Amino acid sequence: MLDKAFYEKADEILSAHKKGKESLIPILQDIQAVYRYIPRELLSYVAGKIGITEAKAYSVATFYENFSFDQKGKYVIKVCDGTACHVRRSNLILERIHNELDLPDGKNTTDDMLFTVETVSCLGACGLAPVMTVNDEVHPAMTPDKVTETIKKIKEAENE
Amino acid sequence: MDYMTIDGIKVPIDDEKNILSLIRQAGIDIPTFCYHSDLSIYGACRMCMVEDDRGRMFASCSEQPKPGMVIHTNTKKLQQYRKLIIELLLSTHCRDCTTCTKNGMCELQSLAYRVGVHSVRFENKKEPLPIDMSSECIVRDPNKCILCGDCVRTCSENQGIGAIDFAYRGSKMQITPAFGKDIAHTDCVGCGQCAVVCPTAAISIRTNVTEVWDAIENPNIRVVAQIAPAVRIAVGDKFNLPKGENTMGKLVKALRIMGFDEVYDTNFGADLTIIEESKEFAERLKSGEKLPLFTSCCPGWVKFCENKYPEFKDNISTCRSPMGMFSPVIKEYFAEKDKEEGKTTYIVAIMPCTAKKAEILRPDNFTDGRQDTDIVITTQEIIRMIKQVGIKFETLNSEACDMPFSMASGGASIFGITGGVTEAVLRQLAPDKDHATLEDIKYSGIRGKEGFKEALVKFGERELRIAVVHGLKNAADLLDDIKAGNAHYDFVEVMACRRGCILGGGQPVPMGPSTRTARMKGIYQVDRLSSIRYTDENPLIERIWEDVIAGREHKLLHRAGR
Repeated sequence: MLDKAFYEKADEILSAHKKGKESLIPILQDIQAVYRYIPRELLSYVAGKIGITEAKAYSVATFYENFSFDQKGKYVIKVCDGTACHVRRSNLILERIHNELDLPDGKNTTDDMLFTVETVSCLGACGLAPVMTVNDEVHPAMTPDKVTETIKKIKEAENE
Repeated sequence: MDYMTIDGIKVPIDDEKNILSLIRQAGIDIPTFCYHSDLSIYGACRMCMVEDDRGRMFASCSEQPKPGMVIHTNTKKLQQYRKLIIELLLSTHCRDCTTCTKNGMCELQSLAYRVGVHSVRFENKKEPLPIDMSSECIVRDPNKCILCGDCVRTCSENQGIGAIDFAYRGSKMQITPAFGKDIAHTDCVGCGQCAVVCPTAAISIRTNVTEVWDAIENPNIRVVAQIAPAVRIAVGDKFNLPKGENTMGKLVKALRIMGFDEVYDTNFGADLTIIEESKEFAERLKSGEKLPLFTSCCPGWVKFCENKYPEFKDNISTCRSPMGMFSPVIKEYFAEKDKEEGKTTYIVAIMPCTAKKAEILRPDNFTDGRQDTDIVITTQEIIRMIKQVGIKFETLNSEACDMPFSMASGGASIFGITGGVTEAVLRQLAPDKDHATLEDIKYSGIRGKEGFKEALVKFGERELRIAVVHGLKNAADLLDDIKAGNAHYDFVEVMACRRGCILGGGQPVPMGPSTRTARMKGIYQVDRLSSIRYTDENPLIERIWEDVIAGREHKLLHRAGR
């Protein structure tokens, strides 16, 4: 069971939207904007409030990569693996990130909840390939060494 | 009249919504996985593709017929197209056909054979998903799912539940309850309608055949069968007998051959229900409390009401279902004999219903902590058992059930169809038990296939307002209306499955339009041919009441704690 504050926040978000099934995605986006993920209990709660089944809400939420049920780190690194980035060896970028953050296969978030790593299909900046983003900041023409540098900078900033 | 041409046949266009129905009317059984006339059109399986005279291909289920249209259903291009779809479906499908519960009844299997897929070029690289055995009623095996979505639409559109839905996308797509939960932890009521429409064994009936064979094998167990009203008109389906034919006599004989010690008719239990429920209804009418009275025979409905409309829980009749009343009476009847002979009585209920498998485990259906019905097997399972033994069912000579539970009224026999419980209760309440009354009740508006039926029936000084619904979505709509104060009734009959138990989740499939009509006719014929139409005229009821029930009505016939 989630803390009461989560439901209060959800109520606040719900009140800003129409009460119908068409509001599901905007509501989930708003919830994710607050928590950086969608707490499972809130998905069920929202589904009940807007009159759809839990299974239907889950269906929509899992259809879109963008929605996540897992808590994410403070910095979300998205590595583009679209065609352009892929041929410019985005796999090496990803590999270096995993090494730097000491993340084994199948794990996306560091234990200190500082970093989450994801691959995305295209960031729409193919001219800058290979691309990655850290939260909303775009890092163009990446190399493995630039990855090391970027992560180092973030860690230093966090330690200050 | 407008016409279109299908494979050279000129076909008149009436008001058909899609070309598919016209093709079938023209006598061509175009293959489909995801098309069901009573569900919304989904257009996912692409098996019903047709080609027009310009070589354009489209799905006939989602295309309107237009005058002058010329289409072909079986060109070389279409043949290859269908073959490829099946091959691709099989590429990620479990191929252990010989050990599959759906072997011989699987639509994927039969279409693969029909379109001529003799080998699958692709290796199945899909990671196996766990099988969900959490429900007493159904088993979900996602590895056998072809994502036609029939179950999803049945559960939400017909039943108003929506326990399962699609999740994820692309090659990762699967059908699952929210968060991959067990089906037992959802609002699933176990009606089994998803299993009815499932073309493969992705959703199948949880079978209990082994338990029955074990009991039969044990000499210290008195194995008693009780056969529900809707079973007798459906068993014959799988033995090349005419659809809807009453095969009760053959079924009784088959059970005796298989080794059942006693074979009884659940209709006797229905007669008990008619007495108790009518009594309860008359009492509530008098006191004016807890109206409308909702029927309680259907376990899917009872669970649905408890899950989604708990505020109406007390309106549900306290009566157990006919099966639930009958079993404790049988056990009491044999109590002394069991002691003398050192035996235990084991009751096997043969039902058209999957939800009954869960009903028998509900403690409010126990008598003094004892589970009364020991096991429920569905019509499909008894068919499998008969085939297992190798009995030539169609050639059997009919036999009657064992005394003293062999006789039942016609009113009891129609419990298996929507409106039947209501009809039987009205017969019981009627002061004049004559032929004219039977006709009056018959035409009062409670019969028929409409999802929602209403009737006004005179009862003494007042008029009874009666509603009959089937399909839980229709029930939900009605409950919403009652809740909002827009509808007022004295008596409401609900059956979870459309058309009632004759199309229950445990009945043999497929249940197309002709089967539905045949079963409906069949069950009304059982009533018409009964020498006893009114429960009050059943002499055995009186005897059992005196010997077994008298003074213990509440304990044996009603749900505990109500």
